[in-house]
Amino acid sequence: MTEAWLDPAAWLILLPLLWASLSFLTGPRRGGRLAIAALAVQAVLAVRLAQEMVASGARVHAVGGWGAPLGIDLMADGLAAVMLLLTQAVALPIALYAQAYFANAHHRAEADGSEPAQGSPDIEPSPAGASRLADDPRAHGAPRRVAPGGHFWPLAGFLIAALNALYLSADLFNLYVTLELMGLAAVGLVALGGGAAQLAAAMRYLLVSLTASGAYLLGVALIYGTYGTVSIATLAPLVGREVPLATGLAAGLMLVGLMAKTALFPFHAWLPPAHGGAPAPVSALLSALVVKASFYLILRLWLTPFAPLAETAEWLMGGLGTAAILWGSWQALRTRHIKRLVAWSTVAQLGYLFLVFPLLAADGLALQAGVMQAVAHGLAKAAMFAAVGVLMLATGRDTLDGLAGVAGRVPVTLFAFGLAGVTLMGLPPSAGFLAKWLLIDAALVSGQWGWVVVIIAGGLLAAGYVFRVLRVAFLAVPADAPFHPVPRRLEWVAFALATASVALGLRGVALAHLVGVAP
Amino acid sequence: MSAGLLYALAGVLLFVLGAAGVLLATHLLRRVLAFNVMGSGAFLVLVGLAQRGGVADPVPQAMVLTGIVVAVAATALALGLARALHARTGRTALSEEASRD
Repeated sequence: MTEAWLDPAAWLILLPLLWASLSFLTGPRRGGRLAIAALAVQAVLAVRLAQEMVASGARVHAVGGWGAPLGIDLMADGLAAVMLLLTQAVALPIALYAQAYFANAHHRAEADGSEPAQGSPDIEPSPAGASRLADDPRAHGAPRRVAPGGHFWPLAGFLIAALNALYLSADLFNLYVTLELMGLAAVGLVALGGGAAQLAAAMRYLLVSLTASGAYLLGVALIYGTYGTVSIATLAPLVGREVPLATGLAAGLMLVGLMAKTALFPFHAWLPPAHGGAPAPVSALLSALVVKASFYLILRLWLTPFAPLAETAEWLMGGLGTAAILWGSWQALRTRHIKRLVAWSTVAQLGYLFLVFPLLAADGLALQAGVMQAVAHGLAKAAMFAAVGVLMLATGRDTLDGLAGVAGRVPVTLFAFGLAGVTLMGLPPSAGFLAKWLLIDAALVSGQWGWVVVIIAGGLLAAGYVFRVLRVAFLAVPADAPFHPVPRRLEWVAFALATASVALGLRGVALAHLVGVAP
Repeated sequence: MSAGLLYALAGVLLFVLGAAGVLLATHLLRRVLAFNVMGSGAFLVLVGLAQRGGVADPVPQAMVLTGIVVAVAATALALGLARALHARTGRTALSEEASRD
C-alpha cells in the first residue's frame, strides 16, 4: 500500500487531464510527445494498480481525504481494473499511431498545395465544390481536405480521463458526470475532420448521447428520491426483493439510456456514420473504448444494485444482442465502404456483450466471457481501424474495390487485419475464441441452447465480412492504381494490437483471476 | 399532494416534452433548446423529490449545479456544431440520407 497522494487510481484520472490541458494550451497538432510519455506512465500505473489488487483485494480512495457521503470515493475492483488496463493498452499504441498518422496527413496536405484549413477557424473556406465532395458518400472518412490533427490531443486526453474516471467512480451521479465528459469529448473527436458529413455524424451522435444521458439522469433523480443515496455500495442492500415502481422506472430509464450510448440494436443508427467517418485513430479509440464504457456501466448496475430486476430485463437484452449480431453482420456484408464495414462489425460484436445477461444468473463464467469479449474486441477493433487507416492512406480510396492488390504492397497491415479478423471470428487461440467458448459453455451449463446457435452464426457471418476484404486484397493490381508510401510505424502499431488480441487468449486465466477480485 | 411531489411531476412533464422535442423536431436550434427543457425537467425531479418534510436536501442541489454546468457545456458544443454545419452546407437540419450508406 502506498501513501494517499501516490495512489495510482487518482493519478490515472489526473494525468490525462493534465496533459490534455497542456496540449490544448500549446495549440493544434502539438502535444503528441507529451501525451505518449504520459500514457506510458498511465500504463505502468494501471498495471501496478492491478498487481496491488491481486495481492490485497479491491481498493477505495477518498478523494482529498473526504470520504463518502461528504466527499467522493474512487473504487477499484477487478472489473474496473481490467477496463483500466484495456483503456491504457489501447490508448498508448493509438497515440503512437495518431502522431505518425496526422504528421503524414499534414505533409500530404502541404505537398498537394491545398492549404491545411487552419487559417481562420471561424470563417472556414467552404467552396461549393468542397462541400459537395464531403457530401458525396464516397468521401466518407477520406483523408483529403482534412485539417490534419486539429485538436486531437486535448480531446483524446479528456476522453481518456473521462474513461478512467468512469471505471473508478463509485456513485451514480459521478458516473453521470463522467459519461457526459466522455460523450462530449467523443463528439468533438468525431467532428475533428471538419467535413460536412463528419459534422452531421457528430451532431447526430451528440443528440443521441445527450438524450441518453438525460434518461440516465432522470433515473438517478428517481433513485435519489426513493433511497436518499446514489452510492452503488450503499444502494445494493437497500434494493430488496420487492422493487417499488419508481425504482423499476429508474432502472428502465438508465438501461435505455446506456443501451443507446452502447449503440445496441435498435439504437445503433448513429454509430456507422460517426465511427466510419472519423479519422482512423479516432475511430479506433471510439470503437475500442467508448462504447465499452456504457456496457461496463450496465454490467456493474445489473451485477449489484439492480440484480433483483435482472429477470425482467435479461431476455430483452439477450434478444436485442442477437438482433445486433445478425443485423450488424448483414450490413457489414453489404456495404461498399471499407470503414463502414468495420463500423458495422462493431455493431455486431457489441451484440455478443449483451448475450451475457441471460447467462449471468447461471454461473460466473458468463461474467468472465463478457469481460473477455470486451477486451478482445477492444484490441481487435483498434487494430482493424488502424489497419484500415493504413489501407486508405496507401490506396487513396475508401471503397472495398479500391483495395485490390494491397496484399503485395502493405503485407504487414493486411496480416494485422487478418489477425484481428481471427479474433472477431472467434478462432483459437485468440481472446475472441476464449470469450465465445466461455459464452457457449455458460449457455450449455444453463441449458439455454438457443444462444449457442446465435454465437456460432455470428462467428460465421464475421468470417464472411473479414474474407470480403481479404479476397479483394489478393486480387491482381490494376496497372494504373496509385500507391502512396505509408510510415512504417502505422503498420507496426496495427500489427502489435492485432497480435495482442490473439495472444491474450493464452493469458485468459490471469485475466479471469483479476476479474474475480470482488469489491 | 405535497409541494415536492408537485415539482417532481412537473419535472417529469417537462422531461417528456423536451425528449419529444429532441426526437421529433427537425430544426437543430429547436432540438438544442428541447434538450435544455429536458435537462431542466430532470433537475426539477431531482430537487423536488428530495424535499422531505419541507426541508430541502443540499446534496441534490449540489448535483443540479454540476448538472447545469454539464448542460451549458453540452449546449455550447451543440450550438458550435450546428453553426459549423450551417456554414458548410447552408442547412439547419440533419438530412435523412446522410446516415445511409
